[in-house]
Amino acid sequence: MGQITLNQVRKSFGEVDVIPGVDLDIKDGEFVVFVGPSGCGKSTLLRLIAGLEDTTSGTISIDGKDATALPPAKRGLAMVFQSYALYPHMSVKKNIGFPLKMAGMDPAEAEKRIQRAASVLNLTNYLDRKPGQLSGGQRQRVAIGRAIVREPAAFLFDEPLSNLDAALRVGMRQEISELHQSLKTTMIYVTHDQVEAMTMADKIVVLNAGRIEQVGSPLDLYHNPKNVFVAGFIGSPKMNLIEGPEAAKHGAHTIGARPEHITVGDGPWEGVVGLSEHLGSDSFIKVDVPGIGIINVRGSGELGVHHGDRVKLNPAGKIHRFDANGLALA
Amino acid sequence: MARSLSPRRKMMMTLSAWTVALIIFFPVLWMILTSFKTEVSAVASPPQLFTADWTLDNYAEVWARSDYPRFFWNSVVISVGSTLLGLAIAIPAAWAMAFVPGKRTKDLLMWMLSTKMMPAVAVMIPIYLIFLRTGLIDTRIGLVIALMLMNLPIIIWMLYTYFKEIPAEILEASRMDGASLWGEIVYVLTPMALPGIASTCLLNIILAWNEAFWTIVLTTTKAAPLSAFIASFSAPQGLFYAKLSAASAMAIMPILILGWFSQKQLVRGLTFGAVK
Repeated sequence: MGQITLNQVRKSFGEVDVIPGVDLDIKDGEFVVFVGPSGCGKSTLLRLIAGLEDTTSGTISIDGKDATALPPAKRGLAMVFQSYALYPHMSVKKNIGFPLKMAGMDPAEAEKRIQRAASVLNLTNYLDRKPGQLSGGQRQRVAIGRAIVREPAAFLFDEPLSNLDAALRVGMRQEISELHQSLKTTMIYVTHDQVEAMTMADKIVVLNAGRIEQVGSPLDLYHNPKNVFVAGFIGSPKMNLIEGPEAAKHGAHTIGARPEHITVGDGPWEGVVGLSEHLGSDSFIKVDVPGIGIINVRGSGELGVHHGDRVKLNPAGKIHRFDANGLALA
Repeated sequence: MARSLSPRRKMMMTLSAWTVALIIFFPVLWMILTSFKTEVSAVASPPQLFTADWTLDNYAEVWARSDYPRFFWNSVVISVGSTLLGLAIAIPAAWAMAFVPGKRTKDLLMWMLSTKMMPAVAVMIPIYLIFLRTGLIDTRIGLVIALMLMNLPIIIWMLYTYFKEIPAEILEASRMDGASLWGEIVYVLTPMALPGIASTCLLNIILAWNEAFWTIVLTTTKAAPLSAFIASFSAPQGLFYAKLSAASAMAIMPILILGWFSQKQLVRGLTFGAVK
């Protein structure tokens, strides 16, 4: 079981309200990703759930029981840290076995669990090594191994891949997703990388200044952003947000058009290509449209448009409309 | 970027370093040489660095006239005991200051250190009277407590510096892994800070071993350590420089040997955290 409920959870550091009051339901077995810009409170929220920070007010329930005042060890959760946080003086085996030792588990049973975790994570040949003798990816696997041996109610991941290089990050991302498929345990994952959020999550929680802006499935957030912040945050490259007369034509304060929904050819917007990047599979171009601003466009690899070209753009794919408060219009 | 030195400059710097080192070491060298002289050549005028009549008689006489092993054992008990007791208090204190600091933690640390700036003689009478009334005068436990209190600010400061270098995330990880506060300190913090704790131990053993003010003031015979042993050779019959030097050499030799073998550890410990 791993059902977690946050009820009006608030956290302040002195005068500053970092989390002004959050309500959230996380179902058993769900993969939930907290995403948001730096300083939005996503890590603080995770640490509140972990028990590493005390709540200022509100309640946190785990499997229906109030866990607000429980110390981290008593919450039945396991956490993987950004810096791995391995014990440098212990071997891989001792690192993985540490939570079992703390739980006073029978050594034979602990050994079995360590071997099982090591085999799942391809660490069997490294059990006698110290963390300092491992690569970044292997260290991260040890950190995950230390978390899975406990068979926790939920896993908490605090930006676990941000210290890895790009190639390794993709590999580990898939490994964590596969781990979730096989364990079916609740996972809460904090990241500022929205690609990680989109590819891994069952449910994304978008945070901004400690507030939840929107909760939903990745595609729901992509297609139906509730407000300008979510619209701008989800999707890569970012959605083009346009204000002024062009937005007024659509009866909105702000309109948004995703770069992949704008076609180059015939259309109402005309401008000069500034930057053009050709990746083979895709082309990314920035077009300076007078009266509107810089528009990002994502086209096919064969787009054939270059710096200085005059092009016409058609945003007909899909236009998102927002009111003066930034909220989506129906 | 490493700065390259010209050979001439390098030689000058080496020479200066040796000169300073020799000036610092000279009193010890003089004492050791004197310990092998006769009383007559020890007080010869003008003073002689070297003499023709080397002798081991001073050592033999000092050994015969006093109970050196007892003084030595008292020094061991007092310096090791005060260091261990200090660590038992300082580890939790430094843990709290490093990982759960309050608003006034820095002030508290500064205040503790400022007590080291107070002249010991200023509190001699009250401490002497307290020790007298509590029966701690001339007891090893009394000296263990006195020297522990004297060195506690340094132990806490040193450990605080080492602990600050340990990433808080590792301790949080241990908490998530089910470690109690005790488990966190025993299984994670202490092994990780072991090099720092070892340096702290060494430095404090040396400080306690060399301490002469309180050990002489608070002891008479039973608990007197080697510092009192040296002092006993400068009494009623007058000053016998050669014997005094032999006694001093015997007193400092154990700690000199310990310091010699652990100098790498000591330097590493004292400069820990100075360079990242």
